[in-house]
Amino acid sequence: MKQTKKMPSRPALRRLLGYLRPYRLQLALSLVLAAVSVGTQLVLPILTGDAIDVMLGAGQVDFAALGRILGVMAVSIGLTAAAQWGMNECNNRMAYCVSRDLRNDAIEKIQVLPLKYLDRHPAGDLVSRVIADVDVLSDGLLVGFTQLFSGVLTILGTLGLMLYLSVPIALVVAVITPLSILTAGFIAHKSEKYFRRQSEIRGEQTAFVNERIEGQKVVQAFRQEGASQEIFDEINGRLQHASLRAVFYSSITNPVTRFVNSLAYAAVALAGAMYAVRGGITVGNLASFLGYANQYTKPFNEISGVVTELQNALTCAGRVFTLLDEAEQTPDAPGALDLAPEEVTGAVELRDVDFRYAADRPLIEDLNLSVQPGQHVAIVGPTGCGKTTLINLLMRFYDVDGGAISVSGHDIRSLRRHALRRSYGMVLQDTWLKSGTIRENIAYGKPDATEEEIVAAAKLAHAHSFIRRLPAGYDTVIAEDGGALSQGQKQLLCIARVMLYLPPMLILDEATSSIDTRTELKIQDAFDRMMAGRTSFIVAHRLSTIRSADVILVMRDGHIVEQGSHEALLAQKGLYAQLYNSQFDQAAEGPGGQPG
Amino acid sequence: MKQRQHRTLLRFLKGYGRQSVLAPLFKLLEALFDLLVPLVVAEIINVGIAGEDAGFILRRCGLLLALGVVGLLCSITAQWFAAQAAIGCACAMRHTLFRHIGTLDFAQMDALGGSTLITRLTSDINQVQNGVNMFLRLFMRSPFIVFGSVIMAFTIDWRTALVFAGAVPVLGLIVFGLMRLTNPLYRGAQNQLDRVLCLTRENLTGARVVRASGREGEEVRQFQAANQRLTSLQLRVGRLAALLNPLTYVVVNLAAVAVLYVGGRQVEGGVLLSGDVYALTNYMGQILVELVKLANTIVLTSKALACAGRIQSVLDVEPEMAFPEAEVPAEGEEAVVFDHVDLTYPGAGGESLKDITFTLRRGETFGIIGGTGSGKTSVVNLMARFYDATGGQVRLFGRAVADYPKEQLRTLVAVVPQRAQLFTGTIRSNLLWGNGKADDAALWAALETAQAADFVREKPLGLEEPVEQGGRNFSGGQRQRLTIARALVQKPAVLILDDSASALDFATDAALRRALRALEGEMTVVIVSQRTASLRHADQILVLEDGRQAGLGSHRELLERCEVYREIYESQFQKGGAGA
Repeated sequence: MKQTKKMPSRPALRRLLGYLRPYRLQLALSLVLAAVSVGTQLVLPILTGDAIDVMLGAGQVDFAALGRILGVMAVSIGLTAAAQWGMNECNNRMAYCVSRDLRNDAIEKIQVLPLKYLDRHPAGDLVSRVIADVDVLSDGLLVGFTQLFSGVLTILGTLGLMLYLSVPIALVVAVITPLSILTAGFIAHKSEKYFRRQSEIRGEQTAFVNERIEGQKVVQAFRQEGASQEIFDEINGRLQHASLRAVFYSSITNPVTRFVNSLAYAAVALAGAMYAVRGGITVGNLASFLGYANQYTKPFNEISGVVTELQNALTCAGRVFTLLDEAEQTPDAPGALDLAPEEVTGAVELRDVDFRYAADRPLIEDLNLSVQPGQHVAIVGPTGCGKTTLINLLMRFYDVDGGAISVSGHDIRSLRRHALRRSYGMVLQDTWLKSGTIRENIAYGKPDATEEEIVAAAKLAHAHSFIRRLPAGYDTVIAEDGGALSQGQKQLLCIARVMLYLPPMLILDEATSSIDTRTELKIQDAFDRMMAGRTSFIVAHRLSTIRSADVILVMRDGHIVEQGSHEALLAQKGLYAQLYNSQFDQAAEGPGGQPG
Repeated sequence: MKQRQHRTLLRFLKGYGRQSVLAPLFKLLEALFDLLVPLVVAEIINVGIAGEDAGFILRRCGLLLALGVVGLLCSITAQWFAAQAAIGCACAMRHTLFRHIGTLDFAQMDALGGSTLITRLTSDINQVQNGVNMFLRLFMRSPFIVFGSVIMAFTIDWRTALVFAGAVPVLGLIVFGLMRLTNPLYRGAQNQLDRVLCLTRENLTGARVVRASGREGEEVRQFQAANQRLTSLQLRVGRLAALLNPLTYVVVNLAAVAVLYVGGRQVEGGVLLSGDVYALTNYMGQILVELVKLANTIVLTSKALACAGRIQSVLDVEPEMAFPEAEVPAEGEEAVVFDHVDLTYPGAGGESLKDITFTLRRGETFGIIGGTGSGKTSVVNLMARFYDATGGQVRLFGRAVADYPKEQLRTLVAVVPQRAQLFTGTIRSNLLWGNGKADDAALWAALETAQAADFVREKPLGLEEPVEQGGRNFSGGQRQRLTIARALVQKPAVLILDDSASALDFATDAALRRALRALEGEMTVVIVSQRTASLRHADQILVLEDGRQAGLGSHRELLERCEVYREIYESQFQKGGAGA
């Protein structure tokens, strides 16, 4: 069932090329410019050597030749710089624009993913795909690609030019330099063990710190500061040990490769000088060689870095494309109806509804319910009985597996989703607010609301007084998910949001769970007014808030086990009566007497 | 501010004084050997090749090799010392900061916030570690090579060296100028990325509301606008940053061309040999590499300094509450007295408690009730002296709470907070927080009272059952009961349950209260609750509304006299009527 099908790298690469298509001109240009830049850079040591060769000694400098050589040098320097700049610009454009396109596609995808998917995948994981993975992908793949290209070109070019200058000395360089790559690899392999240990201990320490700092008040209340410190110091000591080794071993890579480099340098100096003494090469050639010897290892080291980056990028690409390829919710039917609010009578009918989240665990079976326009339906039952599921089905967040739900006589699958959902006002226990001003949040369902309407809605929800006390009133910007507002205040804002756009039907799922009972009583009045004449579905934890419903559905294990008014159900002495009375048993316990 | 940041770092580096001096010193030596290489090569060309002296060439190449070996040794030594100093300094910093956090007042912790403290302890200190490491390795080497190269150039030939004197400032200007220009732009792009991240998360967590409100299209539009802005910002900074390599390349290599030209004239005049010209161009190349490294070191160091500054700002917060050292006898029949107590939290706009007065006698049960934000937890906070009253006096067993040493106070008063927090370990290790010396019988007794014995007994490992981070392998109700047991193990004189039975069902809640009442001895119990049912048997109930004392008395008295209490009661118990 789990969505762990690993995207193989090759299709990911092909998909990515698709995203690159709009920028293929830049890609081609970037590759051409990389080649130009590599070529013009490579001739520089030769030109330098040539320049030295025309300075034979006092009175023996050929200024005409020197001038020509320096002129060519200046031109090639200019070309290199221009090519590099152009390449950087092309790469940036590709990387950033591809990231943008991927993210734009991702957000559109998110809007049409079934809630089934969103409910099952932690938001953090999906966010990291859209943000971090896309970054790694665009950086690694695009920049890495051109680096790989120019790295290979540089190596081949250098080798060719050295062979052209002198075969034996070229061989000296070609034999010694791979040593540096080998040693670097060896060290990396050795230090990896310590890095892994370091990150394990770091993780352990972070977890410990998280727990103790969040619980700092408890730690202090139970005088555990000293004990905490001991554990912390023990972890810290181990971290110090592992970190020191990890950092040290990895930090000797540089000196060691530099040493191998100077080994090559000395060897070239020796061989070149001996050869020059015999007249095999000129002093200028030797200078060129020394220049190449100095540069030759660089592309090797870069390439080994780029390869890991590319692998990383492909993995990330796989994760991003898995998201983009996820099955979407069934689109609205071609001739789907656009039900206007005034066409919604409020009649809701559930016929033989079956539903299950997991294939092997049926939840709702054979559910039948007929709600008359304007009726108030309260849904009660123990945790996990399917109350919230019912709401998921009504809103068509999930589709039924069997049977049908109809609103005002239309099967909801024949309606446009927007039209269906617009006819419900929904307040959930999970109080979601958007980062933005209080005003924007209240007007979320009706963006064109006037100031008066917004304030009126806030007053009805008993949110006006606390909003006015905020630093900037209705213009106070709240951080992501409500920031400093209390849970209760957030819930009041969610209620105001619905009070403002007053749809023909209401769904209240534990809408007042975070509000204290007295405030709840005050809002109740506003709720009552809002619910008057509107078909409403109410899920509540407190039985006192649902007594007044026209129909109470008592659910257990996905079935409606009892159905009727408060009085009728109490008289039945079934599950409802049992649930209801358990609240008052407590009150009756002891010498307190029967409550009011 | 800058000064202070340095001070923090220096304070922690002090323990690693030897390493902090030796690391750059060895780097310096290495650099010195690096600088000698072009000179040796020049000699090979000028003397060895010109004089066709194979022995000389061999000796000089041997010297090159020796320079390489010595350089390697110096460099490895330097890396070792630098790593030791950087990591040692970071660990010392972490130790000190963690200990300091343990001494902070509750008010200060509120002001700083948990996530800030965690960031300081983890990523900030890691940044400091990196910064110190790089700094020790490069801050001497890079400038030394840059200026060393210039000086070497001057020793070879001052005329040609003038080209160096001209090129280095221009290079410096380009590298540092571009950094200055791009840094704020990078920060801007980062902020915009955070915005895009926030919008992504909102669309995921708010999917139901977005879809219920039919705002999918609008959300996509907003996201894409923010995304486009991000791309523009990235392109803008990218365009500037893309100039760095080409510009420096041009300057360095044109300078090399100039060196060749001037050098050529000097060779013509007999002042220089061709080997010297080679050495000069070589120095030019070294300068560029080191300048770029220097620029990076400066970025890293300034980041590390900023982090050190943030760490220092936490260390600068000194606990304001003073606790006396000497234990004092806790006697008297008046367990807790509030005498016209006011409380204004630091930085808060208004008072959280105003004029609260009551007397709670030893062995009594005391209830506190009120709506959200009415100040219930504030009363608890004052009883346990997590905060100090800003007016009036709080007394515990005949003395001002401020007269008790911290240890004694925390032993006298045990608080079971609203949020049931357990800590990684076992059930036993968590319970022992109450009293490290408690034996099994005491632990089980506490579990029995807290109504937790049954489910602990059912666990395969009993008391040794592991507790995962935050206690997430237990249900909310189980966690609450374990935190209550933890406080009971302490056998405190005053036990405060701050709405800590909210996740318990009615039956368990009632059994818990019965068990508490049945406890032997003279424990004074304070119960904070939103349910009148939980408090009806209390000897006294304090009714709070908006931080004011709206009533004080027994359940019956309050029902008669206190309108707020009656409203709360009715909102919970009135049968029929209410919501109709």
